[in-house]
Amino acid sequence: MLAPAASATARVDHLLIAEMVAAGSRVLDVGCGDGALLQLLSDTKNVDGRGIEVSRDRVNACVARGLSVIQGDADRDLADYPDGAFDYAILSLTIQATRQPKPVLEQLLRIGRRAIVSFPNFGHWQVRAQLLFTGRMPVTENLPDAWYVSPNAHLCTIKDFANLCRVIDARVERSVAFNAWGRRLGTWVPLTMHNLLGEKAVFMLTRSQPY
Amino acid sequence: MNTVNQREFLKAADARLLEANTPSCDILDVPASEPLRLDCDRLLAPFRVAYKTYGALNGAKSNAILIAHALTMDQYVASENPVTGKPGWWENMVGPGKPIDTDRFFVICANILGGCMGSTGPASINPATGKPWGLDFPVITIGDMVDAQVRLIDHLGIGELFCVIGGSMGGMQVLEWASRHKERVFSAMPIATAAWHSSQNIAFHEVGRQAVMADPEWAQGRYLELGREPRNGLAVARMAAHITYLSEEALHHKFGRNLQDRDTKTFSFNADFQVESYLRHQGSTFVDRFDANCYLYITRAMDYFDLAAEHGDVLANAFKGTKTRFCVVSFTSDWLYPTRESREIVQALNAVAANVSFVEVESDKGHDAFLLDEPELSAAVRGFLNAAAGKRGLEPARETR
Repeated sequence: MLAPAASATARVDHLLIAEMVAAGSRVLDVGCGDGALLQLLSDTKNVDGRGIEVSRDRVNACVARGLSVIQGDADRDLADYPDGAFDYAILSLTIQATRQPKPVLEQLLRIGRRAIVSFPNFGHWQVRAQLLFTGRMPVTENLPDAWYVSPNAHLCTIKDFANLCRVIDARVERSVAFNAWGRRLGTWVPLTMHNLLGEKAVFMLTRSQPY
Repeated sequence: MNTVNQREFLKAADARLLEANTPSCDILDVPASEPLRLDCDRLLAPFRVAYKTYGALNGAKSNAILIAHALTMDQYVASENPVTGKPGWWENMVGPGKPIDTDRFFVICANILGGCMGSTGPASINPATGKPWGLDFPVITIGDMVDAQVRLIDHLGIGELFCVIGGSMGGMQVLEWASRHKERVFSAMPIATAAWHSSQNIAFHEVGRQAVMADPEWAQGRYLELGREPRNGLAVARMAAHITYLSEEALHHKFGRNLQDRDTKTFSFNADFQVESYLRHQGSTFVDRFDANCYLYITRAMDYFDLAAEHGDVLANAFKGTKTRFCVVSFTSDWLYPTRESREIVQALNAVAANVSFVEVESDKGHDAFLLDEPELSAAVRGFLNAAAGKRGLEPARETR
């Protein structure tokens, strides 16, 4: 279980990831931002955590708070790591901002024994409704930027992502969707409903084949 | 040189030669029976390591930080330099409550092998001849400097250093420590450095060495025994090198095209421009505190440094199996050791899945930024050491002052 203090402030998707990660494991958080997830994993699961972050200011802030973080980006720098270097390679709300999601995901599965990927679901009913009724690119709490400033180059739906997993032959160990109120959708809910009601999704993947 | 200047010079030179041979700090004298095998395959013994310590070693001997100094620095990190009378060169970083907190850590800094502040080098007396070593001193490497430091750490009874930190050539020593003696380095912080000396850097060093050797006072390196000194040559070497430590932007901000103490150009070769006057000053103060032959030897050691070449041309091999925690730091305006070269170190460390942080500090101060008060650097040093101290089981930091 997580410490109550940690769970009070943390993001729901971070808390789920912290649940998925085994204590004391080696973790790489790609696109670690301000280091909140790494800090949570370090505090609650005593992981050996590393981060990659594209923004220099955020990297420096992470290092100043004692996290092991380097300046880099998912598209370019994952290739440096050896096979199976981490127990978990995490891409938290970042895949939609990469230039090439497919190779990034493949790299993630190469360097981590498991990959954990979270992303905003473009199939959420609000997104669909906005596009349908206003005829413009959706702007929601989850996707707050106008299309011309958004870093999100490759938005996808939960079904799209599940399809990519099939394309690259990754096995989905677990998938969870959160609704707009941060509640988890039950596993009994079919994928189509996840895709409609889920605002964010978290997938845990493994390779089907050894590298 | 008139007589007054000459007397001043001799006084300065005396203080310097005194420090080179009878340093006013702690010393380790390694006896003739325990020679150091140098990378050039010569044996060096006896030899001396002059060092300063700050703070106290804890009972478990687990809180020792070794600071490796740069080309023209010395062991006086956080205390007055006995030759110049100036404060320590890293007082903003090292001291009670500072990022490298001497209330918490036991800080060691040794004058490098080949230096002129008390460790054995070209300006020391060769016990075999009773004369200064001069060019009889063997050509040393960064690895040799590190191996001499290992003797000191052994002497102090320290098994594992909590951290090895250094900028520029100090960073090269950090990398060499983390490669040659990985099991003795818990954490490492190479700052503003590279895993090999670039062709451009070797070129600048060669200009400096040629300036020294072209000065007739250098006397084939025998100036000390002849009571002479290649002041002009060494000053020119320093002037050229000093430009590489700054950035175009920093020079422009500091001096622009401003004239020095005059309103118009003099149509002569006097120091009309402030930047000229500044460089001349840098050159002449340097000569008062540094030995010309040492400058030749140490720049050579840097030129020879190539950690990848030592490991089959694959830098990652240098760090294979490392458990050391690394924090690599570079500066945006450092063109002597650009960020690109730090990134190569990071890539090599990633290739062996080492625990590495990498901070690029935004600064317009050029290479010299690592010596200056750069808040982002201080924050990185403090944060990295705190986290490492936690992992090492050291007591948490007291409230920062």
